[in-house]
Amino acid sequence: MAETNRDLHLESLTKNFGDFTAVRDLTLTVPNGTFFALLGPSGCGKTTTLRMVAGLEDPTQGRIRIGDQDVTRLRPYKRPVNTVFQSYALFPHLTIFENVAFGLRRRGVKDYKQKTLDMIDLVQLGPYAGRKPAQLSGGQQQRVALGRALINEPGVLLLDEPLGALDLKLRRQMQIELKRIQTEIGVTFVHVTHDQEEAMTMADTIAVMNHGVIEQMGAPDDLYENPVTTFVANFLGQSNLIMTDIIDSSGPEVVVDCQGQKIGVAAERCHAQGRKAWLGIRPEKIFASHVGEAERTDSNVLAGGRISDVSFIGVSTQYLVAMPWDQELMVFEQNTGRRPLFKNGDEVDLSWSSEHAFLLDADQDAHAGMMRPEDKE
Amino acid sequence: MSHGVLPSAGPEDPVVVDGEVARRRGWGWLLLVPGMLYLAVFFVFPTIQLFLTSLYDPSGSYVTGYNLTWHFANYVDAIRDTWNLFVRSFIYAGIATFVCLMLGYPLAYAIAFKAGRWKNFMLVLVIAPFFTSFLLRTLSWRTILADEGPVAHFLRTIQILPDNGRLLATPVAVIAGLIYNFMPFMTLPLFASLDKVDYRLIEAAGDLYSSPLSGFRRVTMPLSLPGVVSGTLLCFIPACGDYINAELLGTPKQYMVGNRIQAAFLTEHNYPLAASLSLILMAVVVVMVIIYVRRVGTEELV
Repeated sequence: MAETNRDLHLESLTKNFGDFTAVRDLTLTVPNGTFFALLGPSGCGKTTTLRMVAGLEDPTQGRIRIGDQDVTRLRPYKRPVNTVFQSYALFPHLTIFENVAFGLRRRGVKDYKQKTLDMIDLVQLGPYAGRKPAQLSGGQQQRVALGRALINEPGVLLLDEPLGALDLKLRRQMQIELKRIQTEIGVTFVHVTHDQEEAMTMADTIAVMNHGVIEQMGAPDDLYENPVTTFVANFLGQSNLIMTDIIDSSGPEVVVDCQGQKIGVAAERCHAQGRKAWLGIRPEKIFASHVGEAERTDSNVLAGGRISDVSFIGVSTQYLVAMPWDQELMVFEQNTGRRPLFKNGDEVDLSWSSEHAFLLDADQDAHAGMMRPEDKE
Repeated sequence: MSHGVLPSAGPEDPVVVDGEVARRRGWGWLLLVPGMLYLAVFFVFPTIQLFLTSLYDPSGSYVTGYNLTWHFANYVDAIRDTWNLFVRSFIYAGIATFVCLMLGYPLAYAIAFKAGRWKNFMLVLVIAPFFTSFLLRTLSWRTILADEGPVAHFLRTIQILPDNGRLLATPVAVIAGLIYNFMPFMTLPLFASLDKVDYRLIEAAGDLYSSPLSGFRRVTMPLSLPGVVSGTLLCFIPACGDYINAELLGTPKQYMVGNRIQAAFLTEHNYPLAASLSLILMAVVVVMVIIYVRRVGTEELV
């Protein structure tokens, strides 16, 4: 960590498996000390990218640099990179102490004993140092895997779905823990995950990958609030996408014809090219009100909705609203208790503040990136 | 053991009363009875018989019959007359086992990790020799190693073998035969062990600064040790008692204990000698195996 310039650079990285291109011409820079997440569905190339950085796959084309060092053709054991594997890959025949000490001993570090004990303390496994991995719970094994990698003070720490095998509650705990450790020691973390909440909770920067390319990269809130593709709009959270015609794109606000009603969208949030566009709006940004009662004057309003489904979640209520053009829109409302819930069949107007909508290219599949039931774990 | 038979009679099923459990468990154990009976009749009883035979009066003969005189001196005589055969057997079997391990480990490793879709095919190839008789295969080695055969000819040409040198009827031929015949018994347990090793552990070793050699020494090798132990045992034990290879590929100068036992039983009808030799061989092998397993077992977790 002494070196100042240990940014990770991927340059035109491509990986083919036979005819299949897993990663296509990928270029990105991960600044030193940041928490970077590669987010995408299974098969999007995120794990392949990670394995290329680790040296476990050879890139078909392109270069990988860490600081000024070109590591593209370096064998894994010569790279200043360590990995927390999805399956943890703890050595079953070694104790926790020996597992954590493994990297230091291979490099011939003399005072490995004290360092190992310190690391075991850092990951809060002090009493378990003499045990074998099989005697530990999943969460404890996860921490061993983390300690075993971190103790080597890598230039870049790679995490391959490290929390995938943990149950939800433990996962939340470990997310906070991981973020704390990363902030504390300042090592660059590259975290691969298909869990958008996990990525958003922990990462400074998220790259959303799909079919071997990065769809969009940015801070979690930027990605969420201003997605540029339907894939990102659907994969990160949920979006209502409505087909519209662009009427006027000359002013600071692009005006679209949304199934017969005029809607304005800030020009910098317009990512559409042609005459048509998907109008996107997040369910929690929409406010449903009884007909004619839409309050805010700067709002966009869509009239003619009818509540077709009410799901009471507890912290919020999810409505499906049937629109006149045969589409159901999703609306989330916090359960503040300030007004009674709508009921099935209630006529409503939908409104939102114009800085919350976005326009996406109409050529794209409106269902790209949607979670199918089999994708859930 | 009874879990497979009695899925519902586990401790988490308190509804089943004690008597019921006992009765059902009795049925499970019953499945063991045929095997136990078989072993009693064809292993325990013959072994006792063999032990008694080894204590017969050596002055008896096939024609006049033997008396059980508890003649323990048979063992002393047997060791005095044939100790060199024991030494030779263990040396031959030891060399053969070592070479099998050296040849079989890379083969098993390749099948387990590198064969991909050829895995099953390669396994079939390992087992393929069993489709023909052990005897026939050993006989065909006589052709391969024959004085005028291509192998001997080639070795003479490159001057590894002197001009009048032979392969057949030498220790090399006998050990080569042993290696060939016991190779599958080494390869299969090694494969079974290596196949269970999670390849990601080998990747993890590389990720943690292990060169391929060091990763092999620290991770792959220790994890495949059960296969090494069972493979070497499956190789060494039968090789110690083998007599076919010495008989067909060697001369009396290469004879092993097995040849002496076979001759004593079938040619000389010297049953007490044959029986005591058999039991000595059995005892020595058991002791060697125990020492070996103990040593490897403790070294495993360095």
